[in-house]
Amino acid sequence: MVTEITPDLIRTHGLTDQEYAQIKAILGREPNFTELGVFSVMWSEHCSYKNTRLELKKFPISGQKVLVKAGEENAGVIDVGDSWAVAFKMESHNHPSAIEPFQGAATGVGGIIRDIFTMGARPLFLLDSLRFGPIQGASPAAKNNRRLFSEVVAGISHYGNCIGIPTIGGEISFDESYEGNPLVNVFCLGILRHEQIARGAAKGVGNSVFYVGSETGRDGLAGAAFASRDLTEQSKQDRPAVQVGDPFKGKLLLEACLELLASGCVAGIQDMGAAGLTCSTCETASRGGTGVEIDLALVPQRETGMTPYEILLSESQERMLIIVERGGEATLKEIFDKWDLPYARVGEVTCDGMMRVLDHGCVKVEIPARKLANNAPVYEREALADPQAPEFRIEDLPAADSHESLIRLLAYPTIASKNWVYRQYDHTVRAGTVVPPGSDAAVFYVREADKFLAATTDCNSLYCKLNPREGARIAVAEAARNLICSGAKPLAVTDNLNFGNPYQPKIFWQLRESVEGLAEACLRFGVPVVGGNVSLYNQNPNSAIDPTPTVGMVGVIGEERWITRQYFCDQSDIIYLIGPVGHELGASQYLKIIHGRKEFLPPRLSYDLELGVQAVVLSLIQQGLVKSAHDCSEGGLGVALAECCISGPRRVGARVDFGNWPERLDQILFNESQSRVILSAPPEAKEALEAVCAAAEIQFGRMGQVGGSDLIVSARRETLLWDVDELYHAWYDSIERVMRS
Amino acid sequence: MKIAVVQFPGSNCDQDCLRALTDGLHLPAEYVWHKQTSLSGFDAVVLPGGFSYGDYLRCGAIARFSPIMRAVVRSAKEGMPVIGLCNGFQILCEAGLLPGALIRNQSLRFVCQSIWLRVETGDTPFTANLQGRRVLKMPIAHGEGSYFVDERSLETLESKNQVVFRYVDETGDVTAGSNPNGSIHNIAGICNEARNVLGMMPHPDRAWDRKLGSEDGKLIFGSLAETLEPVVSR
Repeated sequence: MVTEITPDLIRTHGLTDQEYAQIKAILGREPNFTELGVFSVMWSEHCSYKNTRLELKKFPISGQKVLVKAGEENAGVIDVGDSWAVAFKMESHNHPSAIEPFQGAATGVGGIIRDIFTMGARPLFLLDSLRFGPIQGASPAAKNNRRLFSEVVAGISHYGNCIGIPTIGGEISFDESYEGNPLVNVFCLGILRHEQIARGAAKGVGNSVFYVGSETGRDGLAGAAFASRDLTEQSKQDRPAVQVGDPFKGKLLLEACLELLASGCVAGIQDMGAAGLTCSTCETASRGGTGVEIDLALVPQRETGMTPYEILLSESQERMLIIVERGGEATLKEIFDKWDLPYARVGEVTCDGMMRVLDHGCVKVEIPARKLANNAPVYEREALADPQAPEFRIEDLPAADSHESLIRLLAYPTIASKNWVYRQYDHTVRAGTVVPPGSDAAVFYVREADKFLAATTDCNSLYCKLNPREGARIAVAEAARNLICSGAKPLAVTDNLNFGNPYQPKIFWQLRESVEGLAEACLRFGVPVVGGNVSLYNQNPNSAIDPTPTVGMVGVIGEERWITRQYFCDQSDIIYLIGPVGHELGASQYLKIIHGRKEFLPPRLSYDLELGVQAVVLSLIQQGLVKSAHDCSEGGLGVALAECCISGPRRVGARVDFGNWPERLDQILFNESQSRVILSAPPEAKEALEAVCAAAEIQFGRMGQVGGSDLIVSARRETLLWDVDELYHAWYDSIERVMRS
Repeated sequence: MKIAVVQFPGSNCDQDCLRALTDGLHLPAEYVWHKQTSLSGFDAVVLPGGFSYGDYLRCGAIARFSPIMRAVVRSAKEGMPVIGLCNGFQILCEAGLLPGALIRNQSLRFVCQSIWLRVETGDTPFTANLQGRRVLKMPIAHGEGSYFVDERSLETLESKNQVVFRYVDETGDVTAGSNPNGSIHNIAGICNEARNVLGMMPHPDRAWDRKLGSEDGKLIFGSLAETLEPVVSR
């Protein structure tokens, strides 16, 4: 039976007439139905980055410590010293999670873990950056958001806990723009020695190509293409395009692959993620400068009667393609037998540069691999700037009760403690978690390498909505600041660009502005981008999500004694503010949550000030002058001070005085000006600490003292007092309360 | 002396257990693969945590049919110390070496947090160094850790001092608030009547290094080592 290629069929495969013409030019003939499917997934946005490739070129990707660059392999690799390296990457699973939140999130975790061990690295930990619609209230929308939220968390917990990789941090926020289109960005980091870096290349003509892992089924059929469309009311019918994860198989596959890699017989290895067997065969051939020929009849299958089209486009999980050196076949068989995992020799590496797929010996697909993998069309989309948001003026804002505002801010799910979430994640397995979730950055001890790593994910999408370029810069600055506060020196970045439909000029403008903002900031902070992911078409039926260029950043803490936590420790310690008191209330959580206004220009970042503050904070930490360090972000100084009092193992009060500072108290407490860190230091460190700050010519101020059981803030004649227990319960129990409702 | 750490498919604390023993306490320890049938040459066995066989049927239900489990049951009956941690505890209950069962947490959610634990008896090889109701700190991480047993067996457990650990607050008091999963009588760990088989939900394998926030797990493995040492010649 031959399926005729009609214009309709081409369109349902998401290909334009022009793209189809290009396919014919590559092949020198009409493609058959199976080949059309292959092109359709490889040239989907998800696999080809056709609408963003030109933008992504703007990122700084090189650096002294970069061992594997962005785009070269499944994940970037960075030197961390003593011949050790880390591989890390962040990837989205937004579309699947909108339709089937549990499996969508679970397979997101599985996929990113495979990306990391494909590099030859042992996965050490996970972070998640999650976004949902508001979860408070009794409306059907809120109910649905709660369902999505709890199912996504359960899915992450299901996969991560079972496979035994701790989820040690990340971020979660809630906003109307994510209603019906949650964001699930998952980050994984692994450790390896320099000589262990594995490549996804089909090297060595005549080498055997093995398929290992779970059998192929019809699940996740053409998921990459599905993820490259707008989410609509009809998207629920795409449920078969969502994959089903099996973390147990994932664990076996992880261990078996690491054991095989250690044996030294692997010539190339590639996971089957998006576009499954199709992508792994053509990409390995393309990278190896070779060809690959496989026969689908040899592929382990869990369903009968699957067509070549289905087998090639399936996104069944927990599968890998492995090319072994000649003579290594027996080792592979022995290891995969030991782990009771399916495997099959499905073909071999050829010299003709073709991706050739047979079915019982009959050729079904014959496409030049390099052209399929690399020659996808590249587009420059039209961009249309949003009118600039107006500047915020304090005169136009009626003052709200600051006492109550702080309590409400702390209880708002975006700011509230996320313990309801991270207590569902196993965050202590692998016995390396030094600073658990709930701090500025998570800190993990890599025992095999004797290194302390810090990692964080950050993005304030409210800022990005109101000024994408500034928002993106701030995302990088905040990530770096979070690492600095934990005692780490930032090393490198992975990014996850989440946007709406790029064919809409305003969306494309958001994307371009964000990329340029990220690129510029990464350059200034000296952190190369070593990989990442783009997720477009994040639209619910009403509108696009707020632009969300999430930044994942990794740093190294040189010595154990530099590890710093965010909470106040001891009575009588002095509280310092490094950086300005600030005044910018535009795009703040205070405006949004307390005044219901999602508007005005976000705070402005000054690189010089930010770099100065970060350098001073790190230097103070390294000199042992600091007991705690906490970055000021959403909710400003007020929220940050409260968190210093209530997020430690022992709650403690503080007395803070702003003296005759001229601004209104709500503006002092809740502005979100950048480049601010709250430190606490023992009284005996006072002189040394102040001398360091003065020498660095960095703005700083002694704000007050730790002690008592109340947080007391005064400015001019006004004094506010909160019982820290009250603040704690507002903040700690909030999400649990909301979810129980 | 040599301690076996059994590896089931889906074990994910096997590496943590081995490191706790070898790096944390400098004890000789080795992995034993679930397809092996003998424990000869070993003096104690650790069944580590994880999701053996994915725990798809019921936690520990499939692992107990692993070839190695016949040797574990035989050795346990001969008096060899056996300790099951988390999933290992579940496997010991499924294998009939310990009474009762671990059912879903009362919250119906997985729970990972640091807890306080009171040592109820020093009369086991694992707690011999822990006299006087000491309070220990270590992490838990499980979805099905609520210990349950019928009333008569519970009476037996209590009367024969087979409850080894109980969830308590920081000061050592048994409270409802300190029970993280709804376990009956706040039970966190029990031993068999012969006192050589211990099952516990908390993770001493994640509490043996100051960096991790607690070293209390070393006390348990250390007790075991000291109990073994006099009877085994090196």
